[in-house]
Amino acid sequence: MKLKLEETPNVKSKNQAESWFYSDEVKEHFFHPKNIFTSEEEIKKFNADGVGKVGSPACGDMMEMWIKVKDDRIVECRWRTFGCASAIASTSILSVMVTENGGMKLDDALKIRPQDIIKRLGGLPKRKIHCSVLGDKALRAAINDYFKKTKQYDRIVVEGAKVIDKITKVTDKDIEEAVLDGAVTFEEVQEKTKVGIHDKSCIPEVKELIEHYKKKYYGE
Amino acid sequence: MKRIYLDHAATTPMAEEVKQAMDNYFVKEFGNPGSFNYFGLKAKQALADARLKVSQILNCSPSEIIFTGSGTESINLAIQGLAKKFKGKKNHIITTKIEHHAVLDTCKYLEKEGFNVTYLDVDRYGVPDLEQLQRSITEQTFLITIMYANNEIGTILPVKEISKIARENNIIFHTDACQAAGYLDIDVQSLGVDMLTLNGSKIYGPKGVGVLYKKSSVNIDPIIYGGGQEFGLRSGTENVPCIVGFAKALELVQASREQEVSRLLKLSKKLIKGLTQIPDTILNGHPEKRLPNNVNITFLNVEGEAVLVFLDEQGIAAASGSACTSKSLEPSHVILATGMPYEAAHGSIRFSLGKSTTEEDIDKVIEVMPKIIERLRLMSPVKLTLKDVMEEIEK
Repeated sequence: MKLKLEETPNVKSKNQAESWFYSDEVKEHFFHPKNIFTSEEEIKKFNADGVGKVGSPACGDMMEMWIKVKDDRIVECRWRTFGCASAIASTSILSVMVTENGGMKLDDALKIRPQDIIKRLGGLPKRKIHCSVLGDKALRAAINDYFKKTKQYDRIVVEGAKVIDKITKVTDKDIEEAVLDGAVTFEEVQEKTKVGIHDKSCIPEVKELIEHYKKKYYGE
Repeated sequence: MKRIYLDHAATTPMAEEVKQAMDNYFVKEFGNPGSFNYFGLKAKQALADARLKVSQILNCSPSEIIFTGSGTESINLAIQGLAKKFKGKKNHIITTKIEHHAVLDTCKYLEKEGFNVTYLDVDRYGVPDLEQLQRSITEQTFLITIMYANNEIGTILPVKEISKIARENNIIFHTDACQAAGYLDIDVQSLGVDMLTLNGSKIYGPKGVGVLYKKSSVNIDPIIYGGGQEFGLRSGTENVPCIVGFAKALELVQASREQEVSRLLKLSKKLIKGLTQIPDTILNGHPEKRLPNNVNITFLNVEGEAVLVFLDEQGIAAASGSACTSKSLEPSHVILATGMPYEAAHGSIRFSLGKSTTEEDIDKVIEVMPKIIERLRLMSPVKLTLKDVMEEIEK
């Protein structure tokens, strides 16, 4: 008997730190990715209104996204990804999410966060959540590029990161990434980021941020 | 779907004969070897027989064989146990950058305790620099711990040369032989090692059992205290069924060693040849001095975990050094130590062959891999060339 998705233990991200396996939705988008580009010629022909590129091959994740905009809605979204199965699946489903039902409004698309993508994917193993955080960033970069090209400078969203640790220059983004990667205690976050080792004055703020991101991503 | 298991370096299925040898010691002969009664004596006899068998294979005395709970535990006992003895006298340990985490993390712990550790570099094939080893030795050096064969890239390390250097400098030498036990000579006299670690789950034996060979002249302190079992070095009631199984497994792999080595060499050579036909690939590890069951290849511009998911869909179980298959965000420390740039280290795939591996299995992998790599490369924005990466490695 096939289990219903929500009953399949291995697709729940919460408290499944050791789980490896992917939901049917992830597999579908990984094995049959939607809206991908497979050649430079295709990219040229597409003539995108906005292009976004995030990550680097050295980190194991890199993503490029191209969008076409009409009446302030995303009508087409194409992409290429270097990364693991969940990175590929999350970009694929994101490209579907922003173009379905006549295309998403740019303002709404800017609000998409990793947890929205993960939800649509039917969950990800907890340790794979960090692999899904690039898609929305690439999308925002593409939308900002569109704003720039169309001279709508006031609409460009700057993704600022705030330096928390004055010595190691660890930012709130770094702490967010660490929590996404499964670190839930101060010690675990410190191990990943080296935050608060020398600059001890930031520790209370770090602890607050951890609690904030834990709630945001795991609802704990 | 036929499942093809090519992850024997992670763990091996237990041999049927091993299971049979163990069967008697769960319910029927369940005694505690420490008990002075009929049941205890039966268990004690089984333990003694197993110890004798292992010692004969390793060419040492039975009193030099310590049974533990795993390869990791043996390594911890060897390193920490010796460090405890030398604390306050000598404080320097030499190892390599490509050891198993059981060694590296134990060394890191000892660094926190005030010991100094030198992590030797390796060349692009994973061979440590023996001149650097010579140069690193100080009056403070009491331990060299270097693996016999690498678990990820399969490179066989020059253990005999290292043991000679250790002997000349009066330094104790421990080697982690977990991956070597099935395929290489593990005669401790001819290797010249002072301590050697083995593990049951890599040799078609049970999980949860390891061995530390410790030369009688080497003194270590225990890291687990209690009833004083295993010559006072590993307290805790002996795991008799697993110990019996371990001895049987070691006996079996060593008896069929030569035959299995030549069979697997043919298969692994075929696999290497087949997979390196795919453009932009690099064989990891030494081209000749490698375990006969290990094939580790980097496929540029793809990410290893994605390859594994595709392989799994085809019924093929392999492993990857990509960051996405580890608990950290870092790709394999072994692949990085060989000079492979980060960009390429994420694309390494390890196939480790074993007793069940057939030529058909190898043919299947050679058939499906080009398609998988092509597909992933099509959707990848990364377009590194072999030339770029090789230049980076040579640096």
